[in-house]
Amino acid sequence: MTLLALESVTKRFGAVAALDALSLEIGAGEFFALLGGSGSGKSTLLRAVAGFELPDAGRVLLRGQDISRQPPPARDVAMMFQSYALFPHLSVADNIAYGLRRAGEGRAAIAARVAELVALLALGGMEARRPRQLSGGQQQRVALARALARRPSLILLDEPLAALDSGLRERTGLELRALQRRLGASFVMVTHDQAEALALADRVAVLEQGRIAQVASPRELYDRPATRSVARFLGAANVLEAGTLPLGAEVAAPAYALRPERIRLVDALPAINGTPATVADLAFRGGDALLLAQVAGGPLLRVVLPAGAALPEAGAAILLAWDAAALAPLAA
Amino acid sequence: MRRVLLVLGLAFLWAPVLLLAGYAFSDSRVPFEWGGFSLRWFTALANNARILDAAWLSLRIGAAAASLATLLGMALGWVLARHGPFAGRPVFGALAGAPLVLPEVVTGLSLLLLFVGLQALTGWPAQRGAVTVWLAHSALGMAYVAVLVQARLAGLDPALEEAAADLGASPFAVFRTVTLPLIAPSLAAGWLLAFTLSLDDVVLASFVSGPGATTLPVYLFSQLRLGMTPEANALAAVFLVVGAVLSAIAWVFRRRAG
Repeated sequence: MTLLALESVTKRFGAVAALDALSLEIGAGEFFALLGGSGSGKSTLLRAVAGFELPDAGRVLLRGQDISRQPPPARDVAMMFQSYALFPHLSVADNIAYGLRRAGEGRAAIAARVAELVALLALGGMEARRPRQLSGGQQQRVALARALARRPSLILLDEPLAALDSGLRERTGLELRALQRRLGASFVMVTHDQAEALALADRVAVLEQGRIAQVASPRELYDRPATRSVARFLGAANVLEAGTLPLGAEVAAPAYALRPERIRLVDALPAINGTPATVADLAFRGGDALLLAQVAGGPLLRVVLPAGAALPEAGAAILLAWDAAALAPLAA
Repeated sequence: MRRVLLVLGLAFLWAPVLLLAGYAFSDSRVPFEWGGFSLRWFTALANNARILDAAWLSLRIGAAAASLATLLGMALGWVLARHGPFAGRPVFGALAGAPLVLPEVVTGLSLLLLFVGLQALTGWPAQRGAVTVWLAHSALGMAYVAVLVQARLAGLDPALEEAAADLGASPFAVFRTVTLPLIAPSLAAGWLLAFTLSLDDVVLASFVSGPGATTLPVYLFSQLRLGMTPEANALAAVFLVVGAVLSAIAWVFRRRAG
């Protein structure tokens, strides 16, 4: 079932189109990620759904109802801000209860719901504290509890993990996904971190200059990127133009994406899907090794070799090969 | 060397003030002659109805002007900080800050002309007095409050107000439950600043005041021509203490607003 639909939404800031006739459908119960670099329009999209930006053209539909012109308080969505935007003058419990109070719920109902969320997000014993007395991870959970409090149809997450230490980010991300599954809630997350989007989301939309470059499941997006830019953005794939190397792909296309980890070092060069090269640079990275291989008169290939593989010397001549199935055709 | 300069600077600032306060405890009739320790001028002050009336009027005008200035300055600062670019905003912003840099003589004269003109046109104000001084001091204080509020709002994450709206708060509820509590320290600091400004203003009050509404600074200034008595010193000592306390409170609020 479609929960949120955007119909050719356009938003301009001066001459720049932050959203360029963008259309998108997001299902109920889905964990959806909007992935893009800075200036791709992903934050504007989120703010248009929350009601902080009014689109110049197009419609935003929630459960089939046009909400494009509704002010933020009227919309059945809740946003978790990148800065968390916790009210510094209110306690944790009052922060969580804020939306419930505005909705005019009774004292007992509010207290029960706050207690429920405090338990759900492991915030027990911190109800009376002020936000600045909490760690980053705790603040993030209070912000999430506050967004969940009124049981909105849709939760919007603006870079939910960006403000956390790198050590905490991975675990918090997994907890976020587990919570979303348990509640059956619908999450739309904005992120610039491709690993985060691939690890957490059911589906990912890659945004570029206010347009959607591709919408797909994480695995499909990684294995079958649609365009050159998506391929480069996700996992730094090699983009091979047809005709530059002896390529034998399953499908004919103007160009192919070849993942660095799908290239092997071989002893004998195959007739197709292989090339001689010299080692331009080599970096040991612990879990694996990155090798930059210069093809004479051709591209510089990124090759990721598994840990434990015998590594060639810099400047050495090597032979590289890959499977036909590893070549992902690119449309543009 | 640095310490010497510091001491000299502080002495330059404070020696006259401390001398003035010190002579309040002198037994002599001449305000700059030491005649032994005495509290007689404080007693005389307590029995001088004209000085006390003037002081009481000044305090009332100060409180009323500070309150109006806080209300208007809050609205002004909020519009300047939160309502983004609008047509004429740069001009509006510059005009709002004008009382900070305009010579008080100019402000006073223009207000006097305004009140005289208004009286000719509408019959109000029937005569200049406490009300016109109150309005003049409010206009002056408003600019200071607006600057404080604007600075405070500029330092606040706008996402806080967006979060409140997102959670179902109407614009008025956003202001009441989020904006107002967060700018309260700068409102308190602004109120105290406006109060202090009103309390020691001579220039504006001289221009726009009328018969029967003599504020304390204006009264003291007029006494200067008749020859001072140490009563004025005693009053200055009292105000010095009150002013120090208010400044300390304002400083604490501003630090919290920081």
